[in-house]
Amino acid sequence: MKIEFTLNGTPQSVDVPENMPLLWVVRDVLNLKGTKFGCGKAMCGACTLHIDGDAVRSCSYSAQYAQGKNITTIEGLAPEGSLHPVQQAWIDEVVPQCGYCQPGFMMAVANLLDKIPNPSDEDIDDNITNLCRCGTYYRMRKAIHRAATLKNNL
Amino acid sequence: MKKIAVFSLIVFQIIALGFVDGKQATTPPENAKASLQAFQKMLTVLKHNRCMNCHPSDDHPLQGDDAHVHLFNVQRGKDNQGLPTMRCNTCHQKENNPYSNVPGAPHWQLPAKSMGWQGLSDAQIGEVLLNKSKNGGRSLSELLHHMTKDPLVLWAWNPGKNREKPPLSQQEFAKSVKTWIDNGAVVPK
Repeated sequence: MKIEFTLNGTPQSVDVPENMPLLWVVRDVLNLKGTKFGCGKAMCGACTLHIDGDAVRSCSYSAQYAQGKNITTIEGLAPEGSLHPVQQAWIDEVVPQCGYCQPGFMMAVANLLDKIPNPSDEDIDDNITNLCRCGTYYRMRKAIHRAATLKNNL
Repeated sequence: MKKIAVFSLIVFQIIALGFVDGKQATTPPENAKASLQAFQKMLTVLKHNRCMNCHPSDDHPLQGDDAHVHLFNVQRGKDNQGLPTMRCNTCHQKENNPYSNVPGAPHWQLPAKSMGWQGLSDAQIGEVLLNKSKNGGRSLSELLHHMTKDPLVLWAWNPGKNREKPPLSQQEFAKSVKTWIDNGAVVPK
């Protein structure tokens, strides 16, 4: 099935089985490895990317639904050569340990800040439900608040 | 003997009228009986976890055949489609996903909170179904359409792997809903 969409601002056209997970399209067909495969059941959030402004778990998103959509992955979160406030805050707070789940977290958090510019701890608990086996949640909470400040001061 | 028959008819009529309210109180007893029987039949579907999981009376949907609280602290949100970054469509799309086994159907979302069925008696569920201020403003014909044609409702009979289907077939359920409505939409009191 031929599917056309915009990925990180660039038009893309792929010919893949209609039910192929979008995650596989992004990683294996388009060779963008920043979005991770974690559980494959839409539970851990490592595969989170943005589709038309919503955070979506791409392991559970059939490629056919990407037709005509505007998709952003961690590679396109900020313009080339710059960092998104969430990425900057992640560095400032030294959030990652092993790092595997972090792209998914940063995509979810970037989406949260788009919708709730100054999230409370409760907002964070309710909306950021990704899983981190290293347990970096404490540093992430600090980074999310820092990212909100950075973004609001842009 | 004839007196007893007439007396029985009157008694049954009083009972039947007692089951209904408003203008439906004029439903002939034989219709009321058929309607009530159909209601009890379709109730076996409405009270099945496949339906009940998404008709919570609070802000937390349930999931699975054991009706556990939806993982990840999933919540109703202001528009019944989840919280800002935890939307229903963060994980649920228009059809069941063959890879992740995440269920999906068109317009996957919770019904309005007023349509919650958890913890309600049969009579209360009937009241929620019929009361336009609680059922999303649906007339009886719109209720019939929702319950028998809405793709999100029909999903219950195509729930994907490892999910139990309701106890009636979709055809049996649709027939029960129609019989219930055609005979006066009578609910227990």
